[in-house]
Amino acid sequence: MTRRTLFRILFYIILIFLAVIFLLPIYLMFLTGFKSISQVDLKTMWSLPNNGLHIDNFIAGYKQLAPNITNSLTMVIPEAILSALLGSLNGYLLSKWKFRGSNLIFSLILFGMFIPYQSILIPLVKFMQAIQLYGDIPGLVLVHIIYGIPITTLIFRNYYAGIGTEILEAGRIDGASLMGLYRYIMFPLSAPSFAVVLIWQFTQAWNEFLFAVVLTNQSHWPVTVALNNLAGSQLVQWNVLMAATLLAALPTLLVYIFLGRYFLRGLMAGALKG
Amino acid sequence: MLSKKLGLKVFSLMLAVMLVISACGTAAKTTVATKSTEVEVFSWWVGPGEADGLAAMVKVFNQQYPDIKFINAAVTGGAGTNAKAVLATRLAANDAPDSWQAHAGQETIANYLSAGQIKPLDDLFKSTGFDKVLPATLLPLISKDGHPYSVPVNIHRSNVLWYNPKVLAAAGVTANPKTDFKTLDDFFAACDKVKAAGKICLSLGAPWTAIHLFENIMIGTIGADKWNGMWTTPPTTDWAGADVAAGIANFAKALSFTNADASTMSDWQPASKLMVDGDAAFNIMGDWAYGYFANAAPNGLALKPHTDFDWAVSPGTYGVFNFLSDSFVLPVGAKHPDATEAWLTVAASKAGQEAFNPLKGSICARTDCDQSLFSEYSQDAAKDWTSNVVVGSLMHGVVAAPAWATSIGTAIGLFQTDTSKTADFQAALVAACAKDGTCK
Amino acid sequence: MSRRSRIKFQLRLPQLILAIALIILGLVFILILRNNPLVIANKNLTSIALLVSGLIFYAGVLVIVSMFESETILSISLLLPSIVAIAIFVYGFIGWSIRVSLSKWKGLNPDFTWFGLRQYYDLFHNDPRFVIDVRNTVMFTVGFILGCLILGLGIAILLDQKIKGEAIFRSIFLVPMSISFIATGVIWGWLMNPAVGNRITGINLIFQSLGLKSLISLWHSTPMPWGMAFTIIPAVWQVAGYTMALYLGGIRAISDDLREAARVDGASEFEIYRYVILPILQPVTLSAVIILAHMSLKIFDLIVALGNKAISLDVPGIYMWVTTFDGTNYAQGAAIGILMLVSVAILVVPYLVQSMRSETQL
Repeated sequence: MTRRTLFRILFYIILIFLAVIFLLPIYLMFLTGFKSISQVDLKTMWSLPNNGLHIDNFIAGYKQLAPNITNSLTMVIPEAILSALLGSLNGYLLSKWKFRGSNLIFSLILFGMFIPYQSILIPLVKFMQAIQLYGDIPGLVLVHIIYGIPITTLIFRNYYAGIGTEILEAGRIDGASLMGLYRYIMFPLSAPSFAVVLIWQFTQAWNEFLFAVVLTNQSHWPVTVALNNLAGSQLVQWNVLMAATLLAALPTLLVYIFLGRYFLRGLMAGALKG
Repeated sequence: MLSKKLGLKVFSLMLAVMLVISACGTAAKTTVATKSTEVEVFSWWVGPGEADGLAAMVKVFNQQYPDIKFINAAVTGGAGTNAKAVLATRLAANDAPDSWQAHAGQETIANYLSAGQIKPLDDLFKSTGFDKVLPATLLPLISKDGHPYSVPVNIHRSNVLWYNPKVLAAAGVTANPKTDFKTLDDFFAACDKVKAAGKICLSLGAPWTAIHLFENIMIGTIGADKWNGMWTTPPTTDWAGADVAAGIANFAKALSFTNADASTMSDWQPASKLMVDGDAAFNIMGDWAYGYFANAAPNGLALKPHTDFDWAVSPGTYGVFNFLSDSFVLPVGAKHPDATEAWLTVAASKAGQEAFNPLKGSICARTDCDQSLFSEYSQDAAKDWTSNVVVGSLMHGVVAAPAWATSIGTAIGLFQTDTSKTADFQAALVAACAKDGTCK
Repeated sequence: MSRRSRIKFQLRLPQLILAIALIILGLVFILILRNNPLVIANKNLTSIALLVSGLIFYAGVLVIVSMFESETILSISLLLPSIVAIAIFVYGFIGWSIRVSLSKWKGLNPDFTWFGLRQYYDLFHNDPRFVIDVRNTVMFTVGFILGCLILGLGIAILLDQKIKGEAIFRSIFLVPMSISFIATGVIWGWLMNPAVGNRITGINLIFQSLGLKSLISLWHSTPMPWGMAFTIIPAVWQVAGYTMALYLGGIRAISDDLREAARVDGASEFEIYRYVILPILQPVTLSAVIILAHMSLKIFDLIVALGNKAISLDVPGIYMWVTTFDGTNYAQGAAIGILMLVSVAILVVPYLVQSMRSETQL
């Protein structure tokens, strides 16, 4: 028994040690965010703020970012939902309704995940302009959905592959159609993988910078572009910038903290087993 | 069960609250367009100092042209690299802004002009009388075949040696940087003393500052004429020759006096701060550093000129003005050509330049600005501008086309990893010139 | 083939009318919107309206398809939008990129003069920077993947021990995933600051105050080639939580009966992990490696924020950006991009082929 307790204490120590290391950078970001500009210097990185906690940094950062946070939310929420629905449909069809060549099609779709986005910026912008979806949020939503197809399809396909066909057979005997089976049987069972995909797509799109800066006009910039512009050129106000970075990370942070257990449950249910 | 539902409820409540707050945040912004037309100007001027200068010029613009709405489409990051990427994709998509910021010189001419993206400005220059108030040495550098292609708003000087008098005094350096650094060797002698006193002699920052250092060391070694000769077609200074080799040797020696953690610095400011903090003696940086040193907090360090910091020209470059200039262009196929011309007129005007430059920390491109509006440093610089030999900067887009400048930058970066490989470095420079097509 | 001849087309008039109505409606809206913006309450809704019209059009197509009474055709038509989208946005654009990489395009104007494989040749033979890139990428990829897998698996196993406060630990390890790569690069750049003497700061300062002077290091400014190895630290910090979640999910999905049976057979906890659980986690490891590999081969933001484009920390993603947008050398940039894609493909395609094959065998 004592050997086991010894091990458990060891595990706790290791976990706490790792947790401290993992939280160290976040702590530094908060520390800097609470300082006045005169105190922000590499040499005094670890010193505590000496004249109170400068909450005005957070207020200033918030004021700069507020309109862009709306843009980001308007873009990310529809994008996550729509790309999850699309991935779910694709995954369902490619795992349960195989036809000749469906594996090849899946592989070709999956391969789309691997292209380097910097190298296709110019044809992308040209194409979006040609279909008149350039400059505004819906265009950015469409682009994120399209480039999210590979990973969302992968996650859902793996998940559905783990669901036995008996349940579908039963539905067929009852006379359900292809879409009927999806609507009444598969979709209700998909909650765990929806959790995984929604969380993943939300955080990917929220933190994404490249498409955001290239595909939207100034009035529609998401928060990542505004954050980048906060850095400025002459004198970087690190305290305001760190405060703003934390604010910009807040939605995704909340997603992981509060919805993390659903993320895990979805993974347990086989969403990314391979 | 309870905690799961609670967690979900808390989360959705927070999301709703965030949406409401941010919606209220945007409600204050009015989008009513009562102006009859607009001009979208693209730059990388964001943040204190530069944005203030731009805002002041916009104010002049709004006074003179109240009917035209000014749209500030600035994107910062990477010393303009993000802005250049966005601009390139917009130009490729035929969605050019009404005007954009470009460094005067080859960055404009070899880049935008050869792509047929900009129009000549002869008429504008004549009608505003701008051509009469620009220095004679500047006009050929912003023109091709006699036609000017951009409106220079400001002039910055690249070859400035900033130094900390207290560090020099403590190290026992008696030489006066303003007069005594006639050759690089004089400078290195002072460096030996500083190093012996335990301080860094020359502070260096992010990788691009090494290119900045390189051009000024080279000019300091071979002189203005031979520097200009490196960039003519074909070059009259041999890239493979002894002059360039001497410059490279001095560059290597200068690098040996720099701080080892240079490349970890996020930009030029940490290096300049190293100097004013007393950890380093010298810092070779453009004159935008003056605003960083002297402006009041939070836009600057509020330091006192001559006591906390001082300036001279970079060693070996007395009488030489190594310039760079931010300018605006007139695009082909501009969406609002009249509005663009209005903006360019203001950018070229005395009022516009007098509003912009004191806040930006640069001097007017025009020679007739009211000098009393400027800081002591800028007044010094303006005097030099009219009397010195003017040469163009490599780092800031005057003398070399972007592709060539990038190859040189790569060669310099590689050299920094091993400063003993001077022959390889020179060979790489020769190859870069050949690749550009200027050398045969 | 006999299936083909049995496709029934049952023409139902009401559905046909609906379909034609939807198709015409969608097309008409698109044609109108192309020339006239739609502005409601001062907001420009043209883009959304275009997308909705496209959906209406396709809904009409689907109604017609449903009349074919073939599930295969319905299945394909439902997949068609994704297939077309990927065909354009991935393969079409890659095709463009390949074509550019075979040209001489330098400068803002497109120049498709045929240049053959010269760009690729120059990169491999005349370009010291590209050599550094390749070496750095290999070092980073190996270190990053191993780091994430080992740390992720280790933490997952620890958390599997029915620890009190597991949810808190889990959240802590997932927090870095919510920060953007740029912010991670900046903050770790501060932590790994190599200044010594009176300017010592960051982690070095912590080491000094703890008396661990021997650990003080130059971090990522260590001279080539080892400086790059330190860039693995922030990357693993950011992504290890994700691999942890993958492994934890995989471990938890293993039924307790299996572990109980092994315990009854006399296996120790350690042996259970080694011989029972680890083998079952192999598919998880494989899919984790795929995702980690494609992240590391395309890495850009993090390294730029960390190294400020120092050549010793150069990677293909950075070289491609600099040469394309700072140097306007589009042909060379496209060649680097294609090489990045090929490097990922080499890792991934064999796995894809193998898993597709094993599926059809079932």
